[in-house]
Amino acid sequence: MTPTYLGRVQTRLFLLLVVAVPWTALIVPLLPGPTGPTYRVAYAAVFCVGLFGIAWEALYHGLQQFRWDKDWPILLGLLVGINEGIAVYLALDAGFLAVGPINTTAFVIHFATVWTLLWLTANGPMRVVFIRWRFRGGRLV
Amino acid sequence: MPPPLDAIDAPPAAAPGDLTEPLIAADTWADSDVEAAGIPVRDVPFVTVGGGLGSFAMADLLRLAGLGVEQIAVLSDIRRPDETYRYLAENSQIPESERLRSDAGSVMDNIWAFPSYAMREAAGERSLAPVWQVLTEPLLAEFFTPRSGQVYRSVEREALRIGWEDMRVIGHVRMVRRRLGGGYFTVMTPPAGTAATRRVAYRSSHVHLAVGYPGLRFLADLQEYRSTYGDYQRVVNAYEPHEHVYQEAQRRPCTVLVRGSGIVASRVFQRLIDDRDQSGAQTTIIHLFRNYVDGPQGEGATFRRPGGHGFAYQAFNYPKAAWGGQLRNRLAGLEGQERADLLDQMGGTNTAPRRQWRQQLLRGEREGFYEQRVGTVTSVAPSPDGSAVVTSVTSEDGQTMELSAQFIIDSTGLEARLTDHRLMADLLEHGGAGTNPKGRLDVDPTFEVRGTRSESGRMYASGSITLGGYYAGVDSFLGLQYAALQIADDLAHLGFCRHIGPGRSIAQWWRWARNRAP
Ligand SMILES: Cc1cc2nc3c(=O)[nH]c(=O)nc-3n(C[C@H](O)[C@H](O)[C@H](O)COP(=O)(O)OP(=O)(O)OC[C@H]3O[C@@H](n4cnc5c(N)ncnc54)[C@H](O)[C@@H]3O)c2cc1C
Repeated sequence: MTPTYLGRVQTRLFLLLVVAVPWTALIVPLLPGPTGPTYRVAYAAVFCVGLFGIAWEALYHGLQQFRWDKDWPILLGLLVGINEGIAVYLALDAGFLAVGPINTTAFVIHFATVWTLLWLTANGPMRVVFIRWRFRGGRLV
Repeated sequence: MPPPLDAIDAPPAAAPGDLTEPLIAADTWADSDVEAAGIPVRDVPFVTVGGGLGSFAMADLLRLAGLGVEQIAVLSDIRRPDETYRYLAENSQIPESERLRSDAGSVMDNIWAFPSYAMREAAGERSLAPVWQVLTEPLLAEFFTPRSGQVYRSVEREALRIGWEDMRVIGHVRMVRRRLGGGYFTVMTPPAGTAATRRVAYRSSHVHLAVGYPGLRFLADLQEYRSTYGDYQRVVNAYEPHEHVYQEAQRRPCTVLVRGSGIVASRVFQRLIDDRDQSGAQTTIIHLFRNYVDGPQGEGATFRRPGGHGFAYQAFNYPKAAWGGQLRNRLAGLEGQERADLLDQMGGTNTAPRRQWRQQLLRGEREGFYEQRVGTVTSVAPSPDGSAVVTSVTSEDGQTMELSAQFIIDSTGLEARLTDHRLMADLLEHGGAGTNPKGRLDVDPTFEVRGTRSESGRMYASGSITLGGYYAGVDSFLGLQYAALQIADDLAHLGFCRHIGPGRSIAQWWRWARNRAP
């Protein structure tokens, strides 16, 4: 992909809304731990992916400048889920958004599936829905 | 192989319905002028001239945007949209089994690039290797690029789906002139004996020009050699048929001098070295550079293209983001010389950094069958006994050397002048079109040819004739699709076709997936 900063942020927020939010609703009941608190943690995590993402994307975009092709390889798009996941976990665990105790297994399953889905959607189906999206560096509006 | 254009355009014995002096002289034609000349008129809302991959991308998209086959005429000298492409590709040593230079997402038959060529190859060959490659490109693996055969098959399927044959009319387009009252007349010369008149005129609201390369351009000194000595066997261009060079090199040891350091030169080297390895050829290769790249190019850590060993390396002919990322935006914001300069910095002569190629050349140097020379050519002449061609070269430090070879392959490129193409010359003279900083057709960001508007009628262009405009990769699969999308959007804005929003896009993709007509 060859995202621009604006395209990165827009795509992230859009996919969180249309993919991560419903997916979270579906998967939480299947995760270990009591449903109510797990929902709280899970949606807080989704929120953090969006919020922190504004900064993360700036960092990624900065790194992209050192690439001649000014592209963002598909693999990196997947791998940065690791650092982002850790950051969200640490923030929530430290009391950010006051979501209470975190079931680590539930968190990891939720985060990993959300991230993989976002990544898969961005690398295929997005283009079917938004025909101009890939030519605009991921910008939707 | 495309039919020789001159044959189509040869004057038959006084056929009726020909161009008249007044028509040729007038910039704008009234319906009655054309009628008076006895040229039959066919009405069709949209005409695309060329019928190659650029016209294909355009017609495909307009079909998705709701136009029917009867609303589009493809005026072309070839039957299949990939015919000219294939001809040039095969000459320049890309057989069906070889991989091209565009990515998995440059999918000629599918504007969505889903599924990509990599996914299809994986499915077709029941192999995970292509998936692994796109997943890890370009970090752990080289960029995935499709085999040319896969592209041809995909184009064939899509051409059938969109009704290409019903839109395509064979002939040679001579000119496009504005029509009094709006729209255009596109004058075509049908092949001799297929029509009652010498010319046929297509009256349309809009016209799209996708005529490919304006011509084949030779290095001046090689052109001079060919015309002076009438020798078209020993000095060849990589884009014209030159299989005899490889055949001869397999029969007896030859020295082949190659000029150029772009992707075509790389492919020629691969062929020559593969022949050494597989067919026992004993070819010696002299690689003559005019500009030798001995290290990375560009300033600063954020604009540095890898280079060395003579070559500038990048996966595609421009950095990837020129097609749809920050570099596309940057270029679109520039005018005049600044735009031309950025195009030069991102483009220029370069080749793909393929391991196989680099290793072949390094091995060639070690084993003494590949050598590099740098300098400016001062003359090219036959050797005294006529068995070779001698190239005299002056190096940078003023030394002269004489390089003798049985064959010279000019692999420097296809760059010809816009006016080498008659239709283009006519457009500049009579159509109101102008040139951009690179001497090509001046188009605006929607690919409309500036200065050619005819009331509500629009003239658009895509492909290499628009190089120098607001988009870098115009001469590529994805660039042709991008141009088509810009044009279709502009036409939708005018109310000529439907806008392809998410709903239509999904619906059309679904039709594509089931191989149903759009
Ligand atoms: C060897 C080679 C390899 C390439 N590889 C790649 C690649 O890997 N990936 C990529 O993305 N791009 C590649 N390209 C670039 C580009 O995609 C192709 O050149 C593509 O074919 C361009 O399409 P086009 O429609 O502009 O021209 P063409 O496909 O050449 O079609 C134009 C047609 O118009 C016809 N024509 C011209 N004048 C008239 C007239 N007056 N009347 C009627 N017909 C006329 C021409 O004869 C021709 O048949 C490659 C180009 C070459 C030469």
